[in-house]
Amino acid sequence: MTDPLTQFRLETRAWLEENCPPSMRTPTRGEKDAIWGGRNPVYAHPDQKVWMDRMGARGWTVPDWPRAYGGGGLSPAETKILREEMAALKCRNPLNSFGISMLGPALLKYGTQEQKLEHLPRIARGEIRWCQGYSEPNAGSDLAGLQTSAEDAGDHFVVNGQKVWTSYADQADWIFCLVRTDKSSKQGGISFLLFDMASEGVSTKPILLISGYSPFCETFFDNVKVPKANLLGELNKGWDVAKYLLGHEREMISGMGLGSAGADPLIEVARTGVDPILRAQIALFDVRSRAFAAMSERFIDELKAGRAHPAQPSMMKYYGTELNKARHELVMAAGGSDALEWESEASGGGAKPRAWLRTKANSIEGGTSEIQLNIIAKRILELPS
Amino acid sequence: MPLYLTDDQILLQETARDFIAEHAPVSHMRALRDANDATGFSRDLWKQFAELGLTGILIPEGDGGLGLGHVEAGLVLEEIGRNLSPSPFLTTAVAAVEALKGTAHAARWFPGILAGEAVVAVATDETSKFTGSVALKAERSGNGFRLSGAKQFAHHAHAADLILVTARTSGAATDTSGITLFAIDPKSAGLTLDPQRLADASIASRATFDNVSVNSDAVVGEVDAGFDPLSRLLRAARTGASAELLGVGGGAMAMTVNYLKERKQFGVTIGSFQALQHRAAHLYSEMEVARAAVLKAQQLLDAGQDAAEAVSVAKAMTGLATTLAVQEGIQMHGGIGMTDEYDIGFFMKRARVLAELFGDTNFHANALAEAAGY
Repeated sequence: MTDPLTQFRLETRAWLEENCPPSMRTPTRGEKDAIWGGRNPVYAHPDQKVWMDRMGARGWTVPDWPRAYGGGGLSPAETKILREEMAALKCRNPLNSFGISMLGPALLKYGTQEQKLEHLPRIARGEIRWCQGYSEPNAGSDLAGLQTSAEDAGDHFVVNGQKVWTSYADQADWIFCLVRTDKSSKQGGISFLLFDMASEGVSTKPILLISGYSPFCETFFDNVKVPKANLLGELNKGWDVAKYLLGHEREMISGMGLGSAGADPLIEVARTGVDPILRAQIALFDVRSRAFAAMSERFIDELKAGRAHPAQPSMMKYYGTELNKARHELVMAAGGSDALEWESEASGGGAKPRAWLRTKANSIEGGTSEIQLNIIAKRILELPS
Repeated sequence: MPLYLTDDQILLQETARDFIAEHAPVSHMRALRDANDATGFSRDLWKQFAELGLTGILIPEGDGGLGLGHVEAGLVLEEIGRNLSPSPFLTTAVAAVEALKGTAHAARWFPGILAGEAVVAVATDETSKFTGSVALKAERSGNGFRLSGAKQFAHHAHAADLILVTARTSGAATDTSGITLFAIDPKSAGLTLDPQRLADASIASRATFDNVSVNSDAVVGEVDAGFDPLSRLLRAARTGASAELLGVGGGAMAMTVNYLKERKQFGVTIGSFQALQHRAAHLYSEMEVARAAVLKAQQLLDAGQDAAEAVSVAKAMTGLATTLAVQEGIQMHGGIGMTDEYDIGFFMKRARVLAELFGDTNFHANALAEAAGY
């Protein structure tokens, strides 16, 4: 007799072997290999769509969401098995999505039945690509100081203002957005709105970053009409939704500290034995990197079982992003002058230096390292204000 | 298996935590040190460990033990670490039990360990830094062997009933084959123990073997194939030392965070200063990551899977995290942290000893590098 979990593992392995195209089992080389879906998808390879669609149809882009909302309906143990089997086969992530990693959990917790049915299945299948309207020019670490306003106009809100650092706003279909609905209370005057980026009055402007890429945008709202049904959670209670979502965002960003592909170039150079001091630095980095992999496993297991401290995502975000920055510093040191070529074919269009520079945002976006340390100090260590 | 403790494990943790905090708090260690106690630990306390069943955690049920695993042994060691309790638990109930399990020596020694009467020491180190090489010679002689050479850093050897010693029966010092593990009576003729008090007040011996005669039944496992029981011993001992380091680091961090909440300067508690908050929060993060690494290694060992790399990660990471914990501990306590009267200094000393035991952070980082092929 085979126990049900072993049976599930065998079936999952067989299904993945049959359905994950071989090209989707090779390491990703930079941002163009990421699958984002959406109304206007860009595929570097047709297999990307095949892989996303197959996983989406099975609900395995969001294996632990309920089936009614497009998920796989898997238990925590089954979800872990799926993740392990995907890792064993080196399957690529079938769908990168802020809808999955950020908005989805907030919708599941705060959404009405209508909102869940409207948005979650489209997220699961990669049909709608979301972006996050949080930061503003004068509201960064002090996020609750945001000023983008939503005026009550009877059956709808009228949104005016500006967001910044909106990741992929120029490619997104919908936005989840923090707006001010009451000027008399800081945290207590914020609401959480969902709206279509195709709405009249929405415009975006990409920001050129030090990596030479423009993943972030300025996003402008000029008298944008948003139906009242698009309010997530209660009026003026958006800060609770925002914080809940940030926990999930931090979880996602912390995962960047895990990148296994990034370790390979390190090891290749270390093997040449050219630089014994670099070898030692890589070995010590490897200790922390592998320990953090165990921490990530522990964190997810504790989270699923409701055992994680509510502020633990801050620790994960802090540690994972600092680790990822350290990894890319080593990648650059290991790469030498080859890794400096900004556009050459040999350097994959400058993949290494651009990725290295991109990681510098990891400890800023989603709440800076210093904000995470504040949260750990106050909420976990209970140090006084 | 989820990477957190089961309900049964949490119960055991609470039992161990209450028992050790009550019977072997830091003041117990301080009293032994102040009395310059020649044994270095309390035999009565060792008996009490046995009465609770703790000395038999890793001994199979068929041999009268609890038949539990490295997770459970680690829970006891973490509390030993948190209280800096001098105890032969790591060498006897963990390292020796793992090496002797399933061998002819189990029947001879497990009853004494279960009764809290027998103490076993481990003598593996030949140089000041652990390298894993074995040069101490064991030459065939009649129905047995004659051992000649030297070992050091053997905790509790001066008070032990048995010493497990690695010796070279063939090959070169760095070969893994040709090692034989011997179980030796510390009173054997030709064996001289020179007990040294270490910085943390624990006692470890230098041992000189001058043609020490042993029968062939002193061999643990097979001649020339001692690397197997030695590897079991070292994996268990390293994982155990990692758990103890978690306790030392966790204890130091708890003391320090409490101090930040009590100590006032400039009219406010110093824990309200962001400079200290951030350092404390960083330390918390390092300790959490280390805790995950230890549990991962323990679970892999208990599942009978290849745990060699996970064990190295655990030992290296706890070395890094706990070293930070004790350094921040003294610095954040300020001047009082430098006094012998205050306990935080004891944590620093114990951490240093444990970090060195069975290979330090650099040794294990290097082992990972070699396993990865660089």
